[in-house]
Amino acid sequence: MPGLGASFGRGGATNYLEDLANSDCIVIEGSNMAECHPVGFQWVSEAKARGAKIVHIDPRFTRTSAIADLHVPLRMGTDIAFLGGLIKYVLDNELYFKDYVVAYTNAAALVSEDFVDTEDFDGLFSGFDPEKSQYDETSWSYDPGEQDSATEHPGEAASQEDEEDSPEVQASDRGQTHGSGGPTIPSKPHRDETLQHPRTVFQVLKRHFARYTPEMVSEVCGIEPEVFEQVAQWVTANSNRDRTTAWVYSVGWTQHSVGAQYIRTCSILQLLLGNIGRPGGGIMALRGHASIQGSTDVPTLFNLLPGYLPMPHAAQHSSLEEYVADAAGKAGFWGNKRAYMTSLLKAWWGDAATAENDFAFDYIPKINGDHSSYRTIADMIEGKVSGYFLVGENPSVGHPNGRMNRFGLANLDWLVVRDLQMIESATFWQQGPEHETGELAPETIGTEVFFMPAATHVEKEGTFTQTQRVLQWRHKAVEPPNDARSDLWFYYHLGRILRERLKDSTDPRDRPLLDLTWDYPVHGETQDPDAAAVLREINGVGPDGRALSSYLEMKDDGSTSGGCWIYCGVYADEVNQAARRKPAKEMGVAGSEWGWAWPLNRRMLYNRASADPEGRPWSERKAYVWWDEEAGEWTGKDVPDFEKTKRPDYVPPEGARAQDALAGTDPFVMQGDGKGWLYAPAGLVDGPLPTHYEPVESVVENALYSIQANPTVERIPGPWNRENPSRSEVFPFQVTTYRLTEHHTAGGMSRTLPYLSELQPEFFVEVSPELARLRGLSNGEYATLVSSRTAIEAKVLVTERMRPIRLRGGQVVHQIGMPYHWSYAGISTGDSANDLLGIALDSNTHIQEDKVSTADIVPGRRPRGPELLEFVESYRRRAGVESGRVGVNGRDPVDADAGEGSRL
Amino acid sequence: MATVKTWLDSWPVYRQLTGADPFGRGAAARSKATDATVSRTATADRVVKTVCPFCAVGCAQNVYVKDEQIVQIEGDPDSPINRGRLCPKGSATKQLVTSPTRVTTVRYRRPYGTEWEDLDLDTAMEMIADRVLAAREKGWQVEDGGKRVNRTMGIASLGGATLDNEENYLMKKLYSAMGAIQIENQARI
Repeated sequence: MPGLGASFGRGGATNYLEDLANSDCIVIEGSNMAECHPVGFQWVSEAKARGAKIVHIDPRFTRTSAIADLHVPLRMGTDIAFLGGLIKYVLDNELYFKDYVVAYTNAAALVSEDFVDTEDFDGLFSGFDPEKSQYDETSWSYDPGEQDSATEHPGEAASQEDEEDSPEVQASDRGQTHGSGGPTIPSKPHRDETLQHPRTVFQVLKRHFARYTPEMVSEVCGIEPEVFEQVAQWVTANSNRDRTTAWVYSVGWTQHSVGAQYIRTCSILQLLLGNIGRPGGGIMALRGHASIQGSTDVPTLFNLLPGYLPMPHAAQHSSLEEYVADAAGKAGFWGNKRAYMTSLLKAWWGDAATAENDFAFDYIPKINGDHSSYRTIADMIEGKVSGYFLVGENPSVGHPNGRMNRFGLANLDWLVVRDLQMIESATFWQQGPEHETGELAPETIGTEVFFMPAATHVEKEGTFTQTQRVLQWRHKAVEPPNDARSDLWFYYHLGRILRERLKDSTDPRDRPLLDLTWDYPVHGETQDPDAAAVLREINGVGPDGRALSSYLEMKDDGSTSGGCWIYCGVYADEVNQAARRKPAKEMGVAGSEWGWAWPLNRRMLYNRASADPEGRPWSERKAYVWWDEEAGEWTGKDVPDFEKTKRPDYVPPEGARAQDALAGTDPFVMQGDGKGWLYAPAGLVDGPLPTHYEPVESVVENALYSIQANPTVERIPGPWNRENPSRSEVFPFQVTTYRLTEHHTAGGMSRTLPYLSELQPEFFVEVSPELARLRGLSNGEYATLVSSRTAIEAKVLVTERMRPIRLRGGQVVHQIGMPYHWSYAGISTGDSANDLLGIALDSNTHIQEDKVSTADIVPGRRPRGPELLEFVESYRRRAGVESGRVGVNGRDPVDADAGEGSRL
Repeated sequence: MATVKTWLDSWPVYRQLTGADPFGRGAAARSKATDATVSRTATADRVVKTVCPFCAVGCAQNVYVKDEQIVQIEGDPDSPINRGRLCPKGSATKQLVTSPTRVTTVRYRRPYGTEWEDLDLDTAMEMIADRVLAAREKGWQVEDGGKRVNRTMGIASLGGATLDNEENYLMKKLYSAMGAIQIENQARI
């Protein structure tokens, strides 16, 4: 999401699935949409039926490729090179949408004199610190224009900027805090509207992508220049006033060591082509779970509070004043950060949050580094964590490096698992690969395990936020059986019991719990809390006690409350807007009365850009939102993503702040400069522009720079997370992992169901006929895959869907595909693909690179028992990798405390 | 004669050859058993509106309930997003609810234990509360690196992205109030 957030100001998909039907060309890249989002794919089919060109760019030929007009089988991990080539093609041939680019992007902005590009620095940007593997981003900023006269606390804001660059603040993943509010910039930049100044973003962009020629694309991606040319022609011919192209991606992009930059490259291209904020255009981010979008909007993420407000950081935010300083005086809606945060504090601590006590800001615990999921697993192995809650999550199967995850669980004092079925993460103490090898045994595992049965989606009420930001309310159909309860029930009652226990405490540490607003109405025999009351609290309440209808009503004086400002309006007029179900046939194209979309029920983001600077549609065919001079307001087919009555010719007066500082031609209202960012002067930790690096585990040398992989990649070293060396003859093949239509992620919700298990009964790997010949693999027989983590076995599927890539130097790159749904529990069982993978992370997001890794593959089944350990260790020795041997429960072999739970 | 006529009429091939359905794809193929069959959706006591819990497309579903049991789940044709359609997973959601291997009672494994044990729900909740308070205490930090942090490193959490917004909200709110920060979600993965 930082990719989208730093480009446009919000981390959500820009358009909606149904709108794909309006596209003239759809490029699906980093996604097997027909397989993984099959029902959403109907809108692609609809577009195709209307004559749109469909392009699928993917290393594998899949169900999506089968329906596309063109399949581009690029080599795994080379999307930036491909998209960078398209950017160069667009710039060289002057095929960009000039009026759009000049008016709505930061093309005209001037970049600081101190900025040095990767093209002049052999793959590094200015500011790199090789010891910390981090950048100082200062030199990436805009050339400051006139200082923002409205900045109330210039000193404070400046010191915030400095602290942003400190290593521990960088490690805290600020990238994700741009989910709804672009990165903060100190001031609006100098501009050259002619785009000719050598330091304009436009000229920087031209130089940066100068070497991404069709020949280079062909060399790096392993595709024919004619194929590249075909894609370039279709995309550019379908991107102008009259026509639009949409891009669709999913975790085929995010799960890379340069994942955020993949999305940035696409954002640059779509801005140049004028496809953002327009019908049939945009970037459709396809999330993989029912409420992934919701889980970041109302986050259970270490670095975020609801509405993409950052978790307070110990080095930066010792008071509310400091916390909001970066937004003080800023342009754009982020300028109201203080009102959003104060309303959140009032929602949580009610009357105990007062102006005198900084609205209880100090009640929120502070972060100061990477506290993300994988770091925490390593901490568990080292005995630094006592208790762990797994709530509908099965890391033993769903996370890369299952062995490391299981070692983490084995070193806890206690574990609570809330799920529908007895998943592997609940039975790790009893069963699993490490029990076979002798690395784990019940007798040495002190972890106390509580399996708490959960309610299904029809046994509770509440909202999911799906992939296009729409909240849909689910009504309860039946009561959950026996002890099964919703997670809402569990956390409400856990909180109730904790508060009861502490009610006489005088320890100031307990005040945040005791002062918490925790008085939700409960229903029925099980005392189930009222989910609608929670949603209403999330929406927020005004001084009159009524639900707010817009976040613009939020105040910073404590008179309003609201748990998640971007969801404000979902309970407008005291109506649960997410429960609306007006039939599609009775609504307009945007489906405005089906559920509710954030922000403020706007279905297409940045839709001001669907009109020209004067407010007229770019063309009749692509009319969507426009300025109605007579009525003095924006109108059209959707709720305008713009102030309704702000004239297109509005120019901010001197000293204006927040939204008033944005002009009538600034469609990216969450950005500090109101523009779409071709160049990101802030917001990403690995560069203001995307650069092609090879994956962490690659069999190919980087053809563009001497820097092989992303220099900022985050590693978690240990014997349980060894890395395959790049270009190693021991691990000579590329591997990618993926989903199947018939299964769901770690399998707890699908391998346990008879229908689905029958449809896809066993774990398999896909290999090309060439690789099968090379390694002596037979269709339908077993093969063993080996990495520095472990070895697994699977049935072989020999298929031309997998294509070896022949690079110009003669090197042949073989690619292996494996679905990752299996493990030992359930009806359909098999080895777990994720056990093969290591953990190396995109430093922006702490998301792992599991879409590309390396391995060896040999015929036959894997060794059993302790022999498996020696088998893998022999590979490590041959590859020059350190030993992967561990002591009790995965601890260090000389650790005397091993087997006694945590060290806490 | 009437009996013979009825007997002949009950024979699909006869109806196919003599009636208006020569290809046997409509009325000619119907039997008494077919006529007597009523779909579960027709006899349900009520239809409840919900949303598929698998991928993020957000397909609307109609849940058919009879005698407080779910008898069928189908796509909701009113939805502008899925227009009534469901994929194989969405079509299997009834089994997700009614699965015979679903675990519906609390299970407990004591430290170094080799078997699951039973535990009643209230006891489990009290035991978990005990452990939360102890872990919170053990991992408490007032300061770290000279800066005030007021937090516990003793408790971590990882949620799936099939959690409702309301659930995520209460989780984040409660964890923050108790000082726990290592709170994560599938959304990171």
